[in-house]
Amino acid sequence: MTDMNVLPPDRLSQRTRRQFLARVAAVGVGLSLSISVKPAAATPESMRNAIRNVIGEASVRKGKVKLELPALVESGNAVPVTVAVDSSMTASDYVKAVHVFNERNPQPNVVGVRLGPRAGRASLATRIRLADSQTVIAIAELSNGSFWSDSVEVIVTQPACLETL
Amino acid sequence: MARTLINVPAKARRGEIIEIKALIQHEMETGFRVSTTGNVIPRDIITDFVCKYNGEEIFRAELFPAISANPFFSFFTTATGSGTIIFEWSGDNGFFASVAAEIAVE
Repeated sequence: MTDMNVLPPDRLSQRTRRQFLARVAAVGVGLSLSISVKPAAATPESMRNAIRNVIGEASVRKGKVKLELPALVESGNAVPVTVAVDSSMTASDYVKAVHVFNERNPQPNVVGVRLGPRAGRASLATRIRLADSQTVIAIAELSNGSFWSDSVEVIVTQPACLETL
Repeated sequence: MARTLINVPAKARRGEIIEIKALIQHEMETGFRVSTTGNVIPRDIITDFVCKYNGEEIFRAELFPAISANPFFSFFTTATGSGTIIFEWSGDNGFFASVAAEIAVE
């Protein structure tokens, strides 16, 4: 017979309660550790900083840009993106650059593209990675120095970037 | 050299707006992933993509780790004359790839 079984019932319950509390504490420590070792993710704030780095202090208005992403994404590893800007693309009025940013990947930048008047149509497509459900923003710089933007909220069911091998 | 897939119309009318598509085989290792031994896998991505039409730059992209493996771009240009369209990719660890496509403009 083991020691445990000869204990009166109240002592027994106390011991299991002690063990239970110890386990809860251990789980708690484990959780906080796993949170602290998570790689730093781009926050909306770091996205704002990244945008400021690219466009400076200029103000960004909504409109002219059409950013298209699927609203629900199954795999964040390759998400099709198209950015189209409403512009006549003439020598006097054209899109100089298009930048795409995200909120919650490890890094806020996605892609930066330079265009010119001879593009004829200010439209481009690519495929990007998304590490989480988040908002994606496209900003277009026009030849007159103004900035226009569009944003899309995306739900990602299977994220990219952070998986281990 | 890395495998590439380019789509340029073989023929176009002068002044026509044509769509160009370019895909290249590349891992685009983000530098944020951890291997089974616990080490961070170093970043290995394509950082720049440039497209030139008869020597004139018509499209340039700066790529970040958020671009998917096997980077793909689709964009437009005006067919100004017959000649060569050159695609160039460069990136980490001295990566460089270049492909040319011919276009006939009448």
